[in-house]
Amino acid sequence: MAHAAHAETAYVPPAEVPDVELYHPKTFLGKYIWCQDAKVIAIQYAITATAIGLVALVLSWLMRLQLGFPESFSFIDESSYYQFITMHGMIMVIYLLTALFLGGFGNYLIPLMVGARDMVFPYVNMLSYWVYLAAVLVLVASFFAPGGPTGAGWTLYPPQAILQGTPGSGWGIILMLASLALFIIGFTMGGLNYVVTVLQARTRGMTLLRMPLTVWGIFVATILALLAFPALFVGSVMMMLDRLLGTSFFMPAIVEMGERLQYNGGSPLLFQHLFWFFGHPEVYIVALPAFGIVSDLISTHARRNIFGYRMMVWAIVAIGGLSFIVWAHHMYVSGMNPYFGFFFATTTLIIAVPTALKVYNWVLTLWRGNIHLTLPMLFSLAFIITFVNGGITGLFLGNVVVDVPLSDTMFVVAHFHMVMGVAPILVIFGAIYHWYPLITGRMLNEAMGRFHFWVTFLGAYAIYLPMHYLGFLGVPRRYYEMGETMFVPESAHFLNAGMSVVALIVGFAQMVFLFNLAWSAFKGREAGRNPWRATTLEWQTHESPPGHGNWGPALPVVYRWAYAYGVPGAAQDFVPQNLPPDRVATAADVDHEGVRGVAVQPAE
Amino acid sequence: MVVALILVLVAVGSVAFHLLSPWWWTPIASNWSYIDHTIIITFWITGVVFVAIILFMAYCVFRYRYRKDRRAEYEPENKKMEWWLTGLTSVGVAAMLAPGLFVWNQFVSVPEDAAKIEVVGEQWQWSFRYPGKDGVLGTTDPRNITPENPFGLNPNDPKGQDDVLVQGPEARLPLDKPVKVLLRAKDVLHDFYVPQFRAKMDLVPGMITYFWITPTRTGTFDVLCAELCGLGHHVMRGKVVVEPESEFQAWLQEQPTFAQSLARAGTGTPDINLASSEGGSEPLERLLK
Repeated sequence: MAHAAHAETAYVPPAEVPDVELYHPKTFLGKYIWCQDAKVIAIQYAITATAIGLVALVLSWLMRLQLGFPESFSFIDESSYYQFITMHGMIMVIYLLTALFLGGFGNYLIPLMVGARDMVFPYVNMLSYWVYLAAVLVLVASFFAPGGPTGAGWTLYPPQAILQGTPGSGWGIILMLASLALFIIGFTMGGLNYVVTVLQARTRGMTLLRMPLTVWGIFVATILALLAFPALFVGSVMMMLDRLLGTSFFMPAIVEMGERLQYNGGSPLLFQHLFWFFGHPEVYIVALPAFGIVSDLISTHARRNIFGYRMMVWAIVAIGGLSFIVWAHHMYVSGMNPYFGFFFATTTLIIAVPTALKVYNWVLTLWRGNIHLTLPMLFSLAFIITFVNGGITGLFLGNVVVDVPLSDTMFVVAHFHMVMGVAPILVIFGAIYHWYPLITGRMLNEAMGRFHFWVTFLGAYAIYLPMHYLGFLGVPRRYYEMGETMFVPESAHFLNAGMSVVALIVGFAQMVFLFNLAWSAFKGREAGRNPWRATTLEWQTHESPPGHGNWGPALPVVYRWAYAYGVPGAAQDFVPQNLPPDRVATAADVDHEGVRGVAVQPAE
Repeated sequence: MVVALILVLVAVGSVAFHLLSPWWWTPIASNWSYIDHTIIITFWITGVVFVAIILFMAYCVFRYRYRKDRRAEYEPENKKMEWWLTGLTSVGVAAMLAPGLFVWNQFVSVPEDAAKIEVVGEQWQWSFRYPGKDGVLGTTDPRNITPENPFGLNPNDPKGQDDVLVQGPEARLPLDKPVKVLLRAKDVLHDFYVPQFRAKMDLVPGMITYFWITPTRTGTFDVLCAELCGLGHHVMRGKVVVEPESEFQAWLQEQPTFAQSLARAGTGTPDINLASSEGGSEPLERLLK
């Protein structure tokens, strides 16, 4: 209690935060379609991302069918297999995870959590969504273009990506690059909004070190994205020029199938550097919001303050900074100067220290807590396990010499699925179970939720843990079929078939989740105000679910940090951020009536 | 209770899978057992941390499960504990990084006396070149590549005339001799990958990349492409035969030199580029159509 940042009634700055003139929709279209309210934009982002994510899910089924049961499905040939893996990867990383965390959760939660009425540039925010939608549509169009979508792998490495030997080297790659460029333009509009809103539109008393970690995670991730995406943008434009105008940014002198091409003097490695200068921060663009959100879920559902809040904030910032000097650990066997390995292995392993600290602090938040095993808590526990597992295998791949045998094998596939596929998606699920009552006013169905949780967590773990061992064996990634080798035993094929069956089951569980989302919106139990008894501002709005402008007549004033759970002396085990100190009921007060200002609800 | 139990089972099950499953690395055939050792060190350190964290979590879930009359302890920070954890983690990370960098230093330091072999990749086949009697590989340029000169050797470079060309899918290496493997691609990225050697490296058009190994075991090993290179990526196979020096030399003598193959091409028997079809499998031919 001696720490200034956490004192119960620290100094509140006197300056009034000027209220803003809001955009007021006049028509149905203005309210739900061409809408400038961040909450509606968030839902639009989320629905679009989920829809395209379903495409990625189906693609993963198809590729698992091929891997588990090669030569069984005539409709999956080499072309379509490579197209499936490429589009699955690109959709999941960019169009689902990035869009959902930043465009979805960022839009919904930032204004509500910092006490703003909306994003600072609502019109640009609206444009951001529509450009994102255009990017998705262009991406989808490539499925119907002549030659189909690109099959260059999600990393799109040239020269291969734009040459004949790769499926979709005509329309496919052009549409892919165009879609990426659009996505980045759209994201930049949204991203500027998130950053400026956090910096400029926080309500009175909401200092930076009182912000919930969710906001910190999304804030730092957005800064990373604003700095990293331009590298992908120029890479895409340059490759487009190589493809359409015959420039040679990434193309050296090449003899393709015996025919000498007109390219000369370019560098394929240059693209890889640009791609991974974006691509590695991208890992943290997905991970940092997940870190932030899961911190809040754990704290709320364990009824305990997050452990080491300031350390958590600095860890997010440190990870964000370091993520810009580790990119070439994706390129240890790319043929770049091998002496780079010393530098990038060192920076990569250093990043493990702040990351490990975050894990310790999550677990230490559970320690001496009062843990409700709600769905958000279950997903958070599962996140910790899968994230630790995936982080640990990152220490293998980051340590340059260990990467050499494992690089380009199924070990890599298992690693990145565990750490930036399964783990962040578990957080997304936890977050949806947590905030769905805020958005819709109803709780998600508990039974369906528990089915969804156990199948998803245990199933995903059962798929990806064994997959690492295929990598040890030496099974390369991106193989349409293993064919004959002298080193892959028959039992490995059996393992592959098993993983495919589990993948189909896990995919089915997501259908139950989607049904739950739709069903509970109408039939779910009424949530009431602040069903989780959380401290953060989004649960303390004038009306619930929060209406246009969020706060009714007056902006909230913040008196304390976001983690006042279990404060000694307080009547309830949580004290909302905006509850004035003189109205915090002590244990003695409660003997009378309900306490004003605090949502008095029976514990579950 | 049930949740805590399942968490424990996940930890125990992961360790059991690691110890009992039949899938582990293929027996090594090169000097890079150092890499395997570094992996084992990493496994021990990270494995202990993984199990410790999950078991502690399971303990918390059980011990601090919700009770109506309980309050969580309010303890925003514990500086001392956080610094201890930072310190211990740093030590663990250093214990993995130090041997890693030590071995990497060996990996990037090619022995002076290493023999040379060049691996050439193209969609979707391998070919190989040995430096010949002078021990020097002749210069190449993609502009020289023709059906008669598939390696793109410079016809005017005297050092290239005695280079031994192997246009098939099978290379040979002498046992216990360090060899620097030089890598060159004609069209797109490839990756020369022999699982038993542990070492691998991309082939990049426009540049020469390399790694080095000392084969330590005789035998025939699969060569795979480990960098996505288009439709035929998975059928881009070859073989490496490691054999005693004398047998290797005898085999090498039988292979045509650049000068010989040019002369033969001049007389209308360009056998070397036809030899490539030996490596082609049925699916490769289907793809090439």
